[in-house]
Amino acid sequence: MNWITKMFSSSLGQKLIMAITGLFLITFLIVHCTLNSLIFLNDGGVTFNAGAEFMATNPLIRIVEVVLFIGLILHVVKALVITLNNNKSRPVKYAAYDGKANSKWYSRSMGILGSLLLIFLVIHLSHFWIGTKVLQYNGTIVGHNTFHELVEVFHNPINVFVYLLGVISLGYHLMHGFQSAFQTLGINHKKYTPFIKSFGNVFSILISFIFAMMPIAMHFDIIK
Amino acid sequence: MSGNMNINLKVWRQKNGKSQGKLVDYKVENVSPDMSFLEMFDVLNDRLINEGKDEPIAFDHDCREGICGSCSMYINGRPHGPNQGVTTCQLHMRSFKDNDTIVVEPWRSAAFPVIKDLATNRSAFDRIIASGGFISINTGNAQDANNLPIPKGDADDSFAAAACIGCGACVAACKNSSAMLFVSAKVSQLALLPQGAPERATRVLNMVAQMDAEGFGSCTNTGACEAECPKQISLTNIARLNREYYKAQLFSNEG
Repeated sequence: MNWITKMFSSSLGQKLIMAITGLFLITFLIVHCTLNSLIFLNDGGVTFNAGAEFMATNPLIRIVEVVLFIGLILHVVKALVITLNNNKSRPVKYAAYDGKANSKWYSRSMGILGSLLLIFLVIHLSHFWIGTKVLQYNGTIVGHNTFHELVEVFHNPINVFVYLLGVISLGYHLMHGFQSAFQTLGINHKKYTPFIKSFGNVFSILISFIFAMMPIAMHFDIIK
Repeated sequence: MSGNMNINLKVWRQKNGKSQGKLVDYKVENVSPDMSFLEMFDVLNDRLINEGKDEPIAFDHDCREGICGSCSMYINGRPHGPNQGVTTCQLHMRSFKDNDTIVVEPWRSAAFPVIKDLATNRSAFDRIIASGGFISINTGNAQDANNLPIPKGDADDSFAAAACIGCGACVAACKNSSAMLFVSAKVSQLALLPQGAPERATRVLNMVAQMDAEGFGSCTNTGACEAECPKQISLTNIARLNREYYKAQLFSNEG
């Protein structure tokens, strides 16, 4: 089984882990965004709370949650290892460097965008996820009004600002990450790569827009 | 002559691999717009030699017609300067304006240590090529060309990859100084042809292992290499390298 360790410790294998976990985290984003969009039904959070309760109580979702955290940790740790290694590959920096001439700024800033996302994630989990865990532990999760929590958090303009920053970081991170994952998997052909690239851009902008609308709509009492 | 220019250069001067380098200002006067960038350096070096105060600036060059891959100047923040699809020797002074300030640095990578001034040691690329090994072919008389049928598309892709001159601009351009574009071109040119088939798996495994051992960074798909490559080697080669590597690890008896 020596070949497995060899493969995943090579620079290509490490990137493969980034690509697979990245795409997996994107599937989570789709579920998360779809479920949260239930607030736009504007029914006082009835449907949204039912969805949130399902996610908090379904045993299958509990297992997937563990897999999700493993995926996230792998993505973050691998990113850190790769970035530290990459930083060693150019000990003397250029005096003049014209990055914008040959690449997009967000493709060169995945580490910074990812770090911003991680900080946002800690804030986000402390807002909602930790509370849910406590309720699950106490066995009082059924009938919990998650919607009301959203209303409270997004009433604070600082929180809205932090969430918008998080969502913008997410959008740019995805704009590079989506198409980059396919390239790393070796999927690049003139037949479909233009589609993957434009789909990735539309997806990144759309999902960030929907996420951004949630705190904004709730802050201005459009959703209540 | 009318139309000639004055150019302000900031050139990286470094005595040897161990000493500290720094940017030094030079003013080059009466530069013809039809000169190549290297010829402008020849004029400056001629002056430096005649003045006798300063050593001439060391830089790599050989064919001066864009096919040998020797020249390697990082000009105003870009390998081979501002134009697309050309090497430094094919860059002409008409691409600049009178009184322009031009910063010239060597390739920067842990794997390409500076020898002197603008000359770097790129033998890491040679070791990667060597690690790929030979291909098994019959020697003797050339066989009939049609004995080995090759689809036109594959031949085209292989030749496009083989256009790589190994100059190292991909490494110089990449924010991670990754050598993926170079290695992917060298793997692709043989992986696409029947002649490359017997050693297909060992070649990619060995070349990737050597690439990692040389201290190049990993690819983050920014596309800077493709944009700066003087031979316009495509990123599709990097995707092919990824595929070839996974295939060799997962489905071959090697590794």
